[in-house]
This record gives sequence, C-alpha cells and structure tokens, in this order.
Amino acid sequence: MAQELLSVLLLAPLAAIALSLVSRSARIAEYATVAAGVIDLLVSIPLLLSARSGLIIWANQYVLVDVFGGWVIVCISIVYALSSMYAVGYMRLLNEDGRLPAFYALFSGFALTMLMACVMNNAGVFWIAIELTTLVSTFLVGFEREAESTEAAWKYIVVVSGGISLALLGTVLFYWGSSFVLGPSYAMTWAALRLSAPKVYPPLLLISFLLVLVGYGTKAGLAPMHTWLPDAHSESPAPVSAMLSGALLNASMLGIARFLGVVTGTSVSGFAHAAVVGFGIFSFVIAILFIVRQTGVKRLMAYSSVEHIGVQALGFGFGGPLGIAGALYHMLNHSLNKSLMFFGAGNAMRAYRSKEIKNIRHVLKIFPVSGILWLLGAIGIAGAPPFALFLSEFTVLRAAMQGSYGWVAILFVISLIVVFIGFLSHFRAMYFDEAPDAEIARLPWTAWRTVPMWLAFLPLLVLGLWWPHGLWNLFHLVFLSVTGGSQ
Amino acid sequence: MFLAHIDSLQASIFSSLAILSLLLTFVMLGSHWLKNYVYAFAAQSWLIAALSASVGYFSGYKELYAIAVLTALFRGLVLPWLLMRIVHRLNVKREIHAVLQTSSSLVIGACAVMFAFVIANHMSRQQQGAAHVVILALTIMLAMKFLGFLMLSVRDEAISQILALLVLENGIFLGSQILVPGMPLLIEIVILFDLLIVVACFGMLVRFLVVHAGTTSSRELNRLVG
Repeated sequence: MAQELLSVLLLAPLAAIALSLVSRSARIAEYATVAAGVIDLLVSIPLLLSARSGLIIWANQYVLVDVFGGWVIVCISIVYALSSMYAVGYMRLLNEDGRLPAFYALFSGFALTMLMACVMNNAGVFWIAIELTTLVSTFLVGFEREAESTEAAWKYIVVVSGGISLALLGTVLFYWGSSFVLGPSYAMTWAALRLSAPKVYPPLLLISFLLVLVGYGTKAGLAPMHTWLPDAHSESPAPVSAMLSGALLNASMLGIARFLGVVTGTSVSGFAHAAVVGFGIFSFVIAILFIVRQTGVKRLMAYSSVEHIGVQALGFGFGGPLGIAGALYHMLNHSLNKSLMFFGAGNAMRAYRSKEIKNIRHVLKIFPVSGILWLLGAIGIAGAPPFALFLSEFTVLRAAMQGSYGWVAILFVISLIVVFIGFLSHFRAMYFDEAPDAEIARLPWTAWRTVPMWLAFLPLLVLGLWWPHGLWNLFHLVFLSVTGGSQ
Repeated sequence: MFLAHIDSLQASIFSSLAILSLLLTFVMLGSHWLKNYVYAFAAQSWLIAALSASVGYFSGYKELYAIAVLTALFRGLVLPWLLMRIVHRLNVKREIHAVLQTSSSLVIGACAVMFAFVIANHMSRQQQGAAHVVILALTIMLAMKFLGFLMLSVRDEAISQILALLVLENGIFLGSQILVPGMPLLIEIVILFDLLIVVACFGMLVRFLVVHAGTTSSRELNRLVG
C-alpha cells in the first residue's frame, strides 16, 4: 500500500512536468500543476500514517519512508499545493503566458526533487537530491529575467553550490570513518551510519558532522551562511518564494537533523548539539537585526525565514522529545504561515508595483479581505497567540529550560520580543500610516489568489488553539527514530 | 582495508599524483589568464583519472577503471570544452580587477595548505599502516577546499567562480579515490553526471547575466544588499 502511495506522490509532479512541456499551453500547465499539488497533499497524509507502523524500505535500501521523512513530505506537499494554486492567480498577472509552461515544469520539478530528498535512505544520494533542488530552483529564482533576479539567481547558485560541496566532503568523511567499522564497501544508509558512529574516531566524526552542518546549513539558510537567502526569496516570483521558504528549508533541515541523529549518543554528541544551537541562535540574532531596519517587503519575509529556521535549529539542537516535537511542529506551522505571508506580499507587490515597504500604504483599502488575512498572518508569524507558531516556539522554549541552555532561553525570549515589535511596526506602517493620496488600482479579484490564503490561515488558527494528541505521539515516534531509541 | 598494506611504490605513485594535482591548483591561483585556468583544470582532471586507475589496479576494485574513464571523459574533456565555449562567448581573456596580488594569494594559499595539514594530522591520529598517504590525501582534500574558497572570494569573473567551484569538487573526488575506493559506483557516477548538469546550468546563467545584468563580474553585481 505504502509503495503505491509513494509512487503516486512522485509520479504526480512528474506527470505535471510532462504535461506542461508537451502541451505548451499555459492553462493546461497551470491546472496540471494544481492537480499534482492537491494529489500530493492527499497522498502524503496516508503515507505518513503508514510509515507510523514501522520503516518502509525499498529499492536496494536506497528508498526509505520513515515518520520523519513522511512528516517533512507532508509539509512540502502542503506548500506545493497552496503555492501552485496561488501561482495560477499570480503568474497570470505577469502577462508572460508563453513562458508559463516552462515555469510550471520547473515548479513541479522543484517539488519533485524536494520530495525525493525526503525519501532517500543513502546519505550520498540525499546530497545529490539536495543539489538537484538548487539547480532547478535557480531558474525559478531568475524567472522574471530582470537585472535583480538574475543577480539573485547567480548569487544563489554560487553560494549554495560552494556551501553544499562542504556537505559532500563531510559525507565522504562520514563514509570513510564508518568504513573502519563496517568494511571498505557498504551501503551508506542512515541506520548504518548511526550504528557505526560510536566506534568512529571522535575528532574525525566531529569534523565530518561540522562540515555537513555548515553545508546543509547553507542550504537551510542558517546565519552566517544565509547570504543568498534574502536575495533569492525577494527576487523570485511570490509562489516560488513560498516554496523556497516553506519547503526547501525544511528539506535541508531534514538532512541536518538526520546527521545530528547519527552522532547522538556518541562522545561528540554534546558538542554537535551545541553547534546546532549556536547556529540557531546566531541566525535568530542576525535575522532580527535585519528585520528591524528592513525596507523591502519580501526581504522582510526572507529574514523572517532565517529567524524561523533558527528556531527549528534550536529545537533540534536542544534535542529531547520536547525539542524535537517543537521543531517539527514549528516546521509545519512555519510552512503554512510563511506561505500566507508570501502570498500577501506578492499581492501587495503587484498592486502597488513596488517592493519597498514605504510605497505600500493603506493595504486594507486595496485588499479589504485578504489584507486582514495578511495582517493576522503577520501577528502569527511574529509569534503571538492564538496562532500556531506561538505554541511551537513555546515548546522549543520549554525544551531550552529543561536542558542546560538557560542562557539561550533568555536570549531567545528577548529576541522574540524584539522581533514582535520590529516585524509588526512595519505592518503598522503599511496598514495605518498616513500616505499621499495616490490612486492605486485594485487587482482583478480571483479565487486563485484568495483561496490559498484562507487555506493557509485556517489550519494555522486551528493548530494554534488545539494541538492534536495524535501529533504528540507522532513526534515522539520521530524522536525515537532519529535517535535510534537512545538518549 | 586496502590502505593498511600498500607498499612504498604504490604509496609514492599515489602521493605524487595527488601532489601534482595540488600544484595545478596553485597554477590556477597564480594565473590571471582564464584560458590557463581551464587548461590547468583539465590537466588536474586527467591526473585524478590516472589516480583512480592506479588505485583500481592496486586495490582490485575493478569499477574504479570505469570511474577513471568517465572522469577523463567528463572532467577532462567535456567540462573544459564547455568552459572554453563560455570563455569564447564572453570574450573576456583575463581577470581585470585583482582583489589580491598574485603573490599574496599564493602566500595565503600556502598557509591554507599548512592549516589543512594540521587538521588532517589531527583527524587521522588513530591510523595504522600507511598513515602518510592518508594524511596526504586528507591534507590535499582540505587544502583544495580552502584554495577553492580563496579563489571564489578573490576572483570576480563568473567563469573563475565556476572554476573555483569545480576545484572544490575535484578536491573531494581526489581524496575519496584514495580514502574510500570502495564507495558504491552508483554514487560516484551520479556525482559526475551531476557536475555536468551544474556546468550546463552555469553556462545558461552566464548568458542571462550578460543579457539581463549587463556584466559577468561579481564586483558589479551589487544591486541587492541589506
């Protein structure tokens, strides 16, 4: 059963790519992509449920569906479904119907490579899948073909390729270290690495882990390797920004967390966790400094992504059932909330024809309904109740209090307050500041741009008020599978 | 473990091939002519192919011959050819701006190699047997990383940045031939193939840079800040 689900999960975007390229029609490409996104979302949940009863391994051990991978697949599928719907409404505004089939083919290809990365059981093949996500998404970042977007695409591919080559070096060193235990030729599965890790020479293990952390950390946007992120997220079309932020960062975080699980229980475990916490809190601080003084609306969202990937890193770094539960819940909530934020930003950018915060005023006049959703989303993403990010950030904070990271917890709380004020003061300006009476034309209304915002907002509110008990059990299973049952 | 019992002849063949590759990296670091980079890169790839073949011969991993052929073909011929096409199309012959003098970048490069040696020495302390080959391989692997990042940061031209990224990968590939000759064939082939796609993507992006940004020098790519 699970095998069929996985095949459908991967074949749906593949079919969308083929249809987009063969039909050469913008309309067919749009609908095929939306259909693929919705199918993936519908399939991903039963896939996760079937992974709950145990690992599912195929294809000569190269493919693995576990609860952790399944959870990230759900997050990615949600963003894929929502942003493909939004893309229909948004991309039509660009009046480039001729290039849309290529866009949707790349878009589905991007989703496909990320979904593939989640089911890879071999650290080497996982690296390749992550590398492929870069190559596909580069052309999505540069899609608008202006000087800025081309520059962003170039910086993206150079910085990320350089960073990820460190992850390859780390992977090779992991392989080398374990080859003393497992013999010169073996399948580099996560389980094999985890079994052999305690017997590997500790300095070698630590250096391998740090290289992998910096490598996938570049891709995940952890500071100080985040430099590509604000450019790429702000210059790509809004649906692509949502995919980069809501899905890609999760897929890279999966790699970091899996390697962290490999070294958990060895003698370098403490240092490795501290390194992840260090990157997390540094990302948090850097993001806040840039959020407070930000002038571009999408760059504001991009730095908020750096902040939230920092929270996830903190959760995984604190470890324990609570830290991992917080990080995983945060992953889902951030995917939903950031999609909502980028959709709103995309609408605003198109209506005001500017990326600058100072040119966007009186949003509620132009967007009476979706403007409210955007504002509520901003309150949510700043970490205020009753939205879901509050719960997950609070859980991460509890994990910090339980462990030996009291000072991080204090820094974390202060930063959260600063980010709340800084982020929302930009929104106050955009919604309520006085502005010269320029005539701004309202965008033609279409359900394609509004419905995805509702679909992102409602679960956010529900999950903020009610953390389903089933999710707790699920997160505990992930905790057990990541750490191999040991702590 | 194959490295545990290699004789001095094998050790010296592996070492000299690895050291020659490192020297070629310094050739790239010291030259300002884009053509020289590409030639040095091609020569380095041929050396790595020779290394794969000789490791395959001595260790008995027959699949390394296939990797040697593919390396020579892809990295030694196809990639340099693609890169030369980009160089011709761009009509830039050399780096115009030098962030660092050639001599100073060579000195920094030399320091990087020493630093790499210190780390490598530390990492392989538990090694028995041919420890010097292991340390050398690790040193060169890390040194080529550092040199690649150095080139990435002191060079502006798009094509030099592509080459610097390729040097980063060459270092890993070189080291992995000596350290982990038993790595599954599939992974190595896919990584080789992946590289081809990377360069093709870079080629397309360079064309976009010329058309849409009007420059291929990262010095002038300064619209996005903050």
